[in-house]
Amino acid sequence: MISIQGITKRFGDHQALAGVDLEVPEGSVQGLLGPNGAGKTTTVRVLTTLLDPDAGEAIVAGHSAITEGHEVRRRLGVSGQYAAVDEKLTGFENLTMVGELYGMRRREAKARARELLRDFRLDDVGDARRAGQYSGGMRRRLDLAGAIVARPPVVILDEPTTGLDPRGRRDTWDAIESLASGGTTVLLTTQYLEEADQLADSIAVIDAGRIIAEGTATELKAQAGGARIDVVLAPGADATAALAAVRSTGHDADLDERARRLTGAAADGSDGLVAVLRALEQAGVAVSEAALRQPTLDEVFLRITGLPAVEEPSEAGGAPTDRAAASEEVAA
Amino acid sequence: MSIAGAIRDGGIVARRNILGVRRTPGALVTGVAQPIIFVLILAFVFGGALGGDDYRQFLIGGILAQTLTFNSSFTAVYLAKDLQTGLIDRFRALPMSRVGVILGRTTSDLVTSVISILVIVACGFAIGWRLESNVLQIVVVFLLLLLYAFAISWIGAFIAMTARSVEVAQSLGLLWLFPVCFISGAFVSADMLPGPLRVIAEWNPVTAVATAVRQGFGNEAPAGFATAGGWPADNALLYAFLCCVAIIAIFAPIAVTQYRRISKR
Repeated sequence: MISIQGITKRFGDHQALAGVDLEVPEGSVQGLLGPNGAGKTTTVRVLTTLLDPDAGEAIVAGHSAITEGHEVRRRLGVSGQYAAVDEKLTGFENLTMVGELYGMRRREAKARARELLRDFRLDDVGDARRAGQYSGGMRRRLDLAGAIVARPPVVILDEPTTGLDPRGRRDTWDAIESLASGGTTVLLTTQYLEEADQLADSIAVIDAGRIIAEGTATELKAQAGGARIDVVLAPGADATAALAAVRSTGHDADLDERARRLTGAAADGSDGLVAVLRALEQAGVAVSEAALRQPTLDEVFLRITGLPAVEEPSEAGGAPTDRAAASEEVAA
Repeated sequence: MSIAGAIRDGGIVARRNILGVRRTPGALVTGVAQPIIFVLILAFVFGGALGGDDYRQFLIGGILAQTLTFNSSFTAVYLAKDLQTGLIDRFRALPMSRVGVILGRTTSDLVTSVISILVIVACGFAIGWRLESNVLQIVVVFLLLLLYAFAISWIGAFIAMTARSVEVAQSLGLLWLFPVCFISGAFVSADMLPGPLRVIAEWNPVTAVATAVRQGFGNEAPAGFATAGGWPADNALLYAFLCCVAIIAIFAPIAVTQYRRISKR
């Protein structure tokens, strides 16, 4: 449903995309995971016909995003990194306008807007308030609703939860899940492995304008060395003794002295954690926190590239410049 | 993209813009206050030296031309704002006409211009200005003013699409207005300007509109004013109309081209 072949894009001396290839089958949810500046937004801008790549081809719903922009736009829903809704219009008016711009008749667009406000739990504010008075999560849901007004077969979501509080994120996830369950092909970008894990069938990791790994969340986590053990020592605990104790269980661990935190790959899942805690107890080291958790994006990156996920200064490159800067700030 | 599609989408966007203006009436304060300030300053600060009562008859046509020219800066700022908030990217990813967003804006900004015209007419009556022609001529003048406001708005659109940020659009959108409005026959007779400025003023579209308005309203120049001659002055209505058509023919395509290219590179 989406097919990207070797797209490249250079902004000045910054190679934003260095040959991205990606196939997204019909009806699946594809995550595009990477840090700021990795090329996520540039890829999205190419797919949404807002930007022409220097080379390569991008096919969306059977049409070229480069040469058949209008055909692609008819079959595509887009929701941005920060919701591009009209703050002076109510939710209902926003959705009606988008529906009409997709070519619906006014009456049809209004009926569809009502339906979506209900589906996205915005019916109580849909007429009462202007979008400018919505919470961040509500605006994001409204933007998301706008993306599917015309029931497009393909929906592209650029960092749908960046900048949202946990509740807003949860709500947005629910909305995306119901969208995906309806059979829509979704490509979503995110900086959070957890989010890609929650929503996507398949994840592509992008770094420095290149896809560096692809697979399911489980596969990627396995590549990153699986689950991690995190232990925070009690204040005043002997860090050297703690490190020795952890290593005696066969785990390798890094010590962050300032945070008094020991982190390492879990050898045996929860058994490993139990072994570590037991060793620490025997060594007389007091622990204030201990957890078994999934690797973070940073850790996945560290494993795949040998480098931590680095933020590059700018990604969007497109106009207007201070918008790009503002979005980087929001993301940071 | 068809013309019908452009008009349809332009209408949808215009309706959205007008809702926005209705909900932030504060934005209209400038559009209302600015002509009042200009009328009062020119009528009473400079007017005394330029012919008093007679000058006030002459002044209103100039104020109308100047104010509508200045209103193009609203177009520039509104469009730059939509660009900066990312709304235009949203529009650009929709299967809509490439002309629709700007056409909607230049159309809806006519509302501001109609308000400005009404304010100036009311102001004019208050300071003793009178209409001295027939209904048909007056209707033609108002139609010309609307066409001119629409045309000049495309220059504002072009500035927004080129400037891309609200701040730049705001300063650029105002800067060019001063020479264009003041090196003209809006406030004095074009023939009172020295040498090359006179030639510029004679052919300036602002002069053409101001002159056509005065002729249509039957307002005479004060006794001391040189009579403007030359083809543009003798055919002010026709020349003003041609200027409007030319402005649209030049600035509509380049504004739309800029819109298409905004971030395609």
